[in-house]
Amino acid sequence: MTTVREGARALRRPARGLLAGVLMVVFLAPFYLMLRNALMDTRTLTSPEWTWWPSTMHWENFTALFSDPTLDMGRSLGNSLLIAAITAPVSTLLASAAGFALARIPVPGRGVVLGLVLATLMIPGSVTFVPTFVVVGSLGGVNTLWGIIVPGLFNPFAVLLFRNFYLQFPREIEEAGRLDGLGWLGLYRRIALPSSGAMLASLGALAFIDSWNAFLWPLVIGQDPSSWTAQIALSTFLTAQTINLPGLFAGAVVTITPLVVMFLVAQRHIVEGIAHSGLKG
Amino acid sequence: MNTTTHAAPRSERAGRPADTPRGPARTRRRRVDLRAWGAFALLTAPMLIGLGVFKYIAIGWSFLLSLSNAQGTIALGDWVGLDNYRQLFGDAVFRGSLVKILLFTLFIVPVTFAASLGLALLVHRIRRGRAVLRTAFLIPAAVSYVAASLVWKMSLFSGMPAGIANMIGGWFGMEAVPWLQTGEPPLYWIALVTLRLWLQVGFYMVLFLAGLQAIPREVYEAAALDGATGLRLLRRITLPMLRNTSVAVLMLMFIAAFQAFDEFYNLFGGGMSGSGTAPVKTPLTYLYDTAMGAQNYGLGSAGAFVLTALIVGVTLVQGRVTGFGKSEE
Repeated sequence: MTTVREGARALRRPARGLLAGVLMVVFLAPFYLMLRNALMDTRTLTSPEWTWWPSTMHWENFTALFSDPTLDMGRSLGNSLLIAAITAPVSTLLASAAGFALARIPVPGRGVVLGLVLATLMIPGSVTFVPTFVVVGSLGGVNTLWGIIVPGLFNPFAVLLFRNFYLQFPREIEEAGRLDGLGWLGLYRRIALPSSGAMLASLGALAFIDSWNAFLWPLVIGQDPSSWTAQIALSTFLTAQTINLPGLFAGAVVTITPLVVMFLVAQRHIVEGIAHSGLKG
Repeated sequence: MNTTTHAAPRSERAGRPADTPRGPARTRRRRVDLRAWGAFALLTAPMLIGLGVFKYIAIGWSFLLSLSNAQGTIALGDWVGLDNYRQLFGDAVFRGSLVKILLFTLFIVPVTFAASLGLALLVHRIRRGRAVLRTAFLIPAAVSYVAASLVWKMSLFSGMPAGIANMIGGWFGMEAVPWLQTGEPPLYWIALVTLRLWLQVGFYMVLFLAGLQAIPREVYEAAALDGATGLRLLRRITLPMLRNTSVAVLMLMFIAAFQAFDEFYNLFGGGMSGSGTAPVKTPLTYLYDTAMGAQNYGLGSAGAFVLTALIVGVTLVQGRVTGFGKSEE
């Protein structure tokens, strides 16, 4: 390292820091707006006078959200939670099981099965909502929670990631398990699965995020308010004729809070998961 | 997709040597094979059945529907050949939606690419507060399109003078503008593009950060010894070393852009996604209106196939041009 380069670097450092600071404010501003607006009353919110922070906090915007019978935010949030809480672990486990089998169990015809799974990767997810609606509709899944959940449980992309992961799994451990008398299923359940904790956590977290934020499919299949997810309830509220702006922002705060908290807590895993899922495909 | 075809033979090779020396008697190996089959079937069955029903059967059925007159019904039988496809391409709204999504994609992909790469370089090089900065850029990725659309529509780009964009414009003496309703000049694009940028940039930044961390320090040190600095380092070292990441990111961005729906639906309202002041139907909103609104599943299915073909085609062409998978070790 030459002294000239050190000098150039030192010069550029403050500018970089300033840019980073400004960008950080820009990126966080929408969160601030959401919270500020959620705590205001309609009059201050729509007035041309700028208010940094409401002088009286209107927390009742949040309670009103849950007591409004036409919206039923409580039930929608419950639906979302149930859907994501089922989808994340189940879809991740199904993918890991298939990934393990495709990576480790040498049976004839394995290549064909792998091909069948990978071929579905070529089909872009949300484009197939019409075909999927046709099948789910004919099985009686319209306006049901299972109709929202079940089609999302089969993720060929996660199969691919798990397969790549299990391909690198050390053979010695497999041999040791075999000496202990484990069959293929035992190997998977006792050895491979427990050792893929990081993968399970990161892909599970991604599946939870996707499921929580999903919009098009729940919109298609859940036409009745009883099967609305939080996103659909919020969207209906947003496109409705009469608009209660502070309530709407309170609704947005409520729907994003679980994921933001999850992101902050499990950030390392999620970042790893994102890095994995984007690169190896 | 190419990655796996490369990887498959490797696993076969790895699988054989360990198995062959262990099977002294033929009978034993045959029994083990049967067990292996059982385990294989058990572990893959749920996934195969699911993909079979919700991908293969769904798509096969839908293909047949696209060849039949299926209005208000998903029953097959009333065959009309290619009529649905003809009607689809005869519809100016559908053709317009294809043009719109192409323009949207051609704009949003390079912008998102540059922004996420820029942020990754910034976060990578910064010394203090790197974790905080990364979190700030990534956290919007946790927000749904619905919630973000709300902030964009009602607060940032609201037509009211108190909307943030109008307020900032006001400092410079600009008149308040109804951003989302202004099609000439197409100001609504600003809202659409910034919304998607805010939501997606952090996600792709993480991919670039992972790629940047994989570049060995020595490469930079060697280049620095040769006197390369700044932009030259970026052009000669960083970008080429990020090649695999860039290609994968580009592909993800293209596919995501073609499937744009949530922000269009929520910014412009479900009902007016076409007839309103801003002509902003994407192919997916068109499909949604056709299949869910007009209950024309035949036409909707045909549209799904056209869009799938378009995305697969673009992906394949892009893979060919950028050599996806080829440059992997």
